[in-house]
Amino acid sequence: MKIKDIAELLDATFVTGESHAEEEIDFGFASDLMSDVLTLKQSDRILLLTGLCNIQTIRTAEMANIEVVLFVRNKSVTNEMIEIAEEENMVLLQCKYSLFRAVGMLYSKGLSPIF
Amino acid sequence: MHFEYTIMENDFANAGTASSAIKKTLKHLNIDANKIKRVVVAVYEAEVNAIAHAYGGTIYVDIDGEKIIVKIADKGPGIPDIALAMQEGYSTASPKVREMGFGAGMGLPNIKNNVDDLDIKTQIGVGTEITMIVKF
Ligand SMILES: Nc1ncnc2c1ncn2[C@@H]1O[C@H](COP(=O)(O)OP(=O)(O)OP(=O)(O)O)[C@@H](O)[C@H]1O
Ligand SMILES: [Mg+2]
Repeated sequence: MKIKDIAELLDATFVTGESHAEEEIDFGFASDLMSDVLTLKQSDRILLLTGLCNIQTIRTAEMANIEVVLFVRNKSVTNEMIEIAEEENMVLLQCKYSLFRAVGMLYSKGLSPIF
Repeated sequence: MHFEYTIMENDFANAGTASSAIKKTLKHLNIDANKIKRVVVAVYEAEVNAIAHAYGGTIYVDIDGEKIIVKIADKGPGIPDIALAMQEGYSTASPKVREMGFGAGMGLPNIKNNVDDLDIKTQIGVGTEITMIVKF
């Protein structure tokens, strides 16, 4: 799926990285546990969905090579987070839906799980 | 090449700055992306541990044409039982650490999975020294 289609489906807004809207994402992974995200071997074209919204979420995505992160439940992203995300060319999205609903909608539209 | 980074006690906001700097250096050296990921994931886990479970410390990085050696030396309190700490799921993380998305007891096993060589030296009341090597 294109990042812009993900955003449209979930009624999500771009916090950073809107210029990447046309890029394709193939896989989704959802977790609030950063230790878990750090065990992923794969990293290409992954969307991370999470309710954990702090600087460690951004650092974890950076180390794990995850370029697109979606925050559920309208968690507010701090300026510090935006700064690092922009420096790393990351796309940050924000939506009002719950993690359960966002994952369900993307899964039913064909975004693939990693495991 | 040699670099050093200081990890301050309790400085959760800056956890990851050293790993981030190492990532940029390795990218400049054109190291394979998968290798870089293995290195920085392992260093990041150790960096978070040095803040979450210890009183900060120093990271020493040495890079040559064949490998990277990273040593994370913290200021204590040491690990009472390394074999137990290495077990997946074992964690003494505080509620604050858990709130930040850590504390599942997965870090040390994940470090081991990502590096080619891992050595942990620890002395109660003094500190822990984690040395990891990834070959390019
Ligand atoms: N540098 C350290 N100094 C003292 N104790 C440590 C240190 N690193 C790890 N430990 C101990 O080993 C345990 C396991 O560490 P590990 O990194 O595997 O898990 P964690 O940090 O608790 O959780 P996670 O890494 O999944 O976020 C820790 O909970 C802590 O008790
Ligand atoms: Mg840990």
